[in-house]
Amino acid sequence: MGIFDILGPVMVGPSSSHTAGAVRIGQFGRLLLGEEPGRAVIGLHGSFAATGEGHGTPLALLAGLLGMDPDDEGIPAAMEIARERGLDFRFETTDLGEVHPNSVRMALKGEDAALELRASSVGGGRIQVWGLDGFPVFLEGVYPTVLLVYPDRPGMLAMVTTILGNAGMNIATIKAHRDSRGGQALMTVELDHTPAVGILNALRHLPYMEQVRFVPRLGFGG
Amino acid sequence: MTLVAGTLSAYRAAALERDAPLWSVFLAEEAAQSGRDPSALEALMRERIRVMRQSAARGLGNPQMSRSGLIRGGAHRMAAWMDSGASLLGPAFTRLAATALAVAEVNACMGRIVAAPTAGACGVLPAALFTVADEKGRSEEELVRAFFTAGGVGLVIEHLASLSGAEGGCQAEVGSASAMAAGGLVELMGGTPLQVDHAVAFALSNVMGLICDPVQGLVEVPCVYRNAMGAANAVVSAEIALAGVESAFTADQVIETMGRVGRRIPEEFRETARGGLASLPAPGCDSCRGACGNA
Repeated sequence: MGIFDILGPVMVGPSSSHTAGAVRIGQFGRLLLGEEPGRAVIGLHGSFAATGEGHGTPLALLAGLLGMDPDDEGIPAAMEIARERGLDFRFETTDLGEVHPNSVRMALKGEDAALELRASSVGGGRIQVWGLDGFPVFLEGVYPTVLLVYPDRPGMLAMVTTILGNAGMNIATIKAHRDSRGGQALMTVELDHTPAVGILNALRHLPYMEQVRFVPRLGFGG
Repeated sequence: MTLVAGTLSAYRAAALERDAPLWSVFLAEEAAQSGRDPSALEALMRERIRVMRQSAARGLGNPQMSRSGLIRGGAHRMAAWMDSGASLLGPAFTRLAATALAVAEVNACMGRIVAAPTAGACGVLPAALFTVADEKGRSEEELVRAFFTAGGVGLVIEHLASLSGAEGGCQAEVGSASAMAAGGLVELMGGTPLQVDHAVAFALSNVMGLICDPVQGLVEVPCVYRNAMGAANAVVSAEIALAGVESAFTADQVIETMGRVGRRIPEEFRETARGGLASLPAPGCDSCRGACGNA
């Protein structure tokens, strides 16, 4: 926390949690999808559902999905822009259980990829992504992050960390989950620096690796 | 020297030891923590100030209408009132209130602002610092320094208490912005670090216990008008301190007390929109006179 966190962020109003944080959740979803989203079903939970309309939360989520930053003055026009760009979107009210009141579930589809993301806006524009395709994750968009999907088997963690280590990439956090023994596994790796495309490709070419996604550190605009 | 950051008295002691003004201690600390060059940080602060000025100009120049219909160009109306010569205490004081309304209304209407320290309290600092700087002919450089002191005060409040209405009520949002602005104003006018401390203590003492009760859960009523109150409170507190009046308690003491009070404020008065003004019957289309489009 520094002086420019106190005198900032530069953002489009009215609420850092309901607006700026919502834009960043949308951005995270777009970056994770890795392509222009063509379809988005967005479930608003708790306070996002109750007071989101007046705070422009749906606009902010869409703006993020369209690639806008939290200080983009196009945010109020996000619905029209989404329609122009052919994004088929739908909002609904949902109950995600005992989670932060400012939470959302987004099902996104592009030409090639699809995903389901669950995230909360926890104040001051900060976000926590806590669910991805049914896996528990904990990502805040503050580190360049690699997400890997593969079958649960021995040696995967070692192969991934070897590639990263040999490339001189320092790991900030690393977590791996599996849906069942021998089932599908998801690993999230937060790095101190952005990996080169070659490193990501090397990870993609690892035996058994099914999917490698990358999300850069989220900016704040302004 | 590394600073034990976190309390205003620690920053004051550092200023005394280095025989330097408070703003330079905050700037040096920020440079050390972020690893960035002080001149780059000053440029970033000028950019923040530029965005704040744009928000103010927008709200004063064009009536801001919120989607809910609760905000209907109040700042624009005040600008006309100021020009009419009817101001109660002269145009500067009216400009102070109008600027606070302007920035807060731009925020309410999904315009671009600097959250300072939060979006809900974004009108206080620009109103207080710009109005006094313009009135007293202070330079942009002096204004930048005042903002570093204001930001540093905000860091201390974040460390010792809270800047969140959901955690500490409106005293933690508009109250904190007001205290930051009061400290910044003392810096702007060349006051001592001790006078900054007194001004911060006065400003927060004056709003101790203020609840957060946003009508319809929106950052509109009473938030926009409390921004004007926060700016006026900042000027009053700075002026009392600059005149040489001393607070009975240190800023750190008052900040910590504000934090303790905040934790004891019942939940319905902490941004849940269940208590206070938010518990009144919803202002309907009678009050918005069709501006909401539902009439």
